[in-house]
Amino acid sequence: MNNVFVYCEVTEERTIADVSLELVSKGKKLANELGVKLEAIVCGDEIKDIEKILYPYGVDVINYAKDSRLFPYQTLPHFSIVTKLFQENKPEIALFGATSVGRDLAPRIASFLRTGLTADCTTLEIGDHTENKTGKEYKNLLYQIRPAFGGNIIATIINPDHRPQMATVREGVMKKEVFNNSHKGIINFLKVEDYVKNDDFCIKIIERHIEQQKINIKGAQIIVCGGYGMGSKENFKLIHQLAEVIQGEVGATRAAVDAGMCEHERQIGQTGVTVRPKLYIACGVSGAVQHRAGMQESSKIISINTDPKAPINAIADYTIIGDVMEVLPKMIKYYKANTK
Amino acid sequence: MSFRIIVLAKQVPDTRNVGKDAMKEDGTVNRAALPAIFNPEDLNALEMALNIKDNIKDATISIITMGPSRAAEIVREAMYRGADNGVVVSDRKVAGSDTLATSYTISQAIKRMGEFDLVIAGRQAIDGDTAQVGPQTAEKLECPQITYAEEVIQVDENKIRIKRRLERGVEIVETSYPCLITVHGSAKECRSRHAKRLMKYKLAKSNSELQELGQDYSNIWNERPYLKIEEWSAADIIAEDSRLGLTGSPTKVKKIENVVLTQKESKVITPKDEDMNDLMKELISSHILG
Repeated sequence: MNNVFVYCEVTEERTIADVSLELVSKGKKLANELGVKLEAIVCGDEIKDIEKILYPYGVDVINYAKDSRLFPYQTLPHFSIVTKLFQENKPEIALFGATSVGRDLAPRIASFLRTGLTADCTTLEIGDHTENKTGKEYKNLLYQIRPAFGGNIIATIINPDHRPQMATVREGVMKKEVFNNSHKGIINFLKVEDYVKNDDFCIKIIERHIEQQKINIKGAQIIVCGGYGMGSKENFKLIHQLAEVIQGEVGATRAAVDAGMCEHERQIGQTGVTVRPKLYIACGVSGAVQHRAGMQESSKIISINTDPKAPINAIADYTIIGDVMEVLPKMIKYYKANTK
Repeated sequence: MSFRIIVLAKQVPDTRNVGKDAMKEDGTVNRAALPAIFNPEDLNALEMALNIKDNIKDATISIITMGPSRAAEIVREAMYRGADNGVVVSDRKVAGSDTLATSYTISQAIKRMGEFDLVIAGRQAIDGDTAQVGPQTAEKLECPQITYAEEVIQVDENKIRIKRRLERGVEIVETSYPCLITVHGSAKECRSRHAKRLMKYKLAKSNSELQELGQDYSNIWNERPYLKIEEWSAADIIAEDSRLGLTGSPTKVKKIENVVLTQKESKVITPKDEDMNDLMKELISSHILG
């Protein structure tokens, strides 16, 4: 069986994007399960410490196309490099971030290679399959699991007969996990001129305005979210205090944002940001469906509410029935007491 | 030389307003219970095409939609708003297409239309949210793609300058033709129906629609050919059967599960000091915190 490949995105700061490190972490697990190697593809200019960044996550081979023309990202040159590399190596699985780059690039590659691509997977697993009609058995396929139809159904998609099995995954869905800090791989510098044509640069980038990410709740592992039940901007400060102590980020519901308790950038839900932290603490949040849509995939949910019937409690792992003004200071106190 | 714009549009079930009866008991989607609408971002795409047409003399806009014969409604709607003509690609053979088979079918229809300058589509359809058909169609046409377009900054017969919406900012790019553009939902909303066009095109029909109504349009089409909504089968677009529908789709659905919001096994905790201390201890020892 051939290797697992992950396309690694390069950020404005010339490092590897978090979503790619998450995918590399997942890719390592899949590769281990299949007994194959994990390869990364990086297209960009100078990236500092690329080996130091990627090897601890278990990358065995870094395929590095290094050329100043490859940053910022453009579809065609990256497309030419990745498709040629895939034709040479015939990966078993290829993963991409479901970002504005990955969602632009991966479909074009899948189309060229005439293989399947599943967008926005939330779970990736290895499993077997028996074809109903023919009885043909497939071993070790990639189960590409994703919500579909406005989140009303969960579908398991497979791609039995074509390779690579391609999938995109959104940031924050997979866990970033170091495989082994002393793991070492090899780096394979691609001769860029063998991979790209001059025509690939036919789209001219005239201007770019990339804003610094000031608030990063999308990537936060811990989120403390305040709802309308916080009551006032003054009380909302407690949300910030708890978040600071437990090293989390602050989020808010639409109602809390509309009431002026918190800035819009922190709004979580259908019309805000979708988050999947490992811990979500909902404080005075009733849990309207639009809010749940943006946080229900959090690994652990704690709800603090005076109303035992609040819908948020239905999806919470821990429900604290009580007043946020009493509970939050206690959480801070006992967190400090138990971490000393 | 006229300037040809092709707009890709899809009729989709309105997943934003999913009611109680939207899901059947077996967990599959009850499409009949959902209203069929013009995919929202395809309307943004149509507006971008109309905007370009406002700036380029002799530009024409053709709609391509793939789906059952009732998708002719989408073509008519686009005509009311300013499109010149349209085609429904409809064939039992295309049922069950994934994005690869869909993009193949659409690219064959585009090739049948002949040379084009621009193909414009919505970024994604709300019934799948994959955003794959645009880039895949561009690949099949071997033309460059500009995704997530938000605004046309400048356009003439030779080149176009587009503002793209990215996750953390914007980018302005320029290219010549041909090119495929996908349009982001943050782009300008589509202009509404034009009263005169509504009068002109309300009788536009496809063959299947006429058959269903038991009407004969041969005379009307002779006099007013613009009232014909073309319908193309797989054979009309010279498609290879092996690349269509379920057969041509590498991805298969193995399993579908209904999402039921079941009550999780929730641990109920009081705000007492002892309980709060135990909770924090548990979170720390299970590495959820700290």
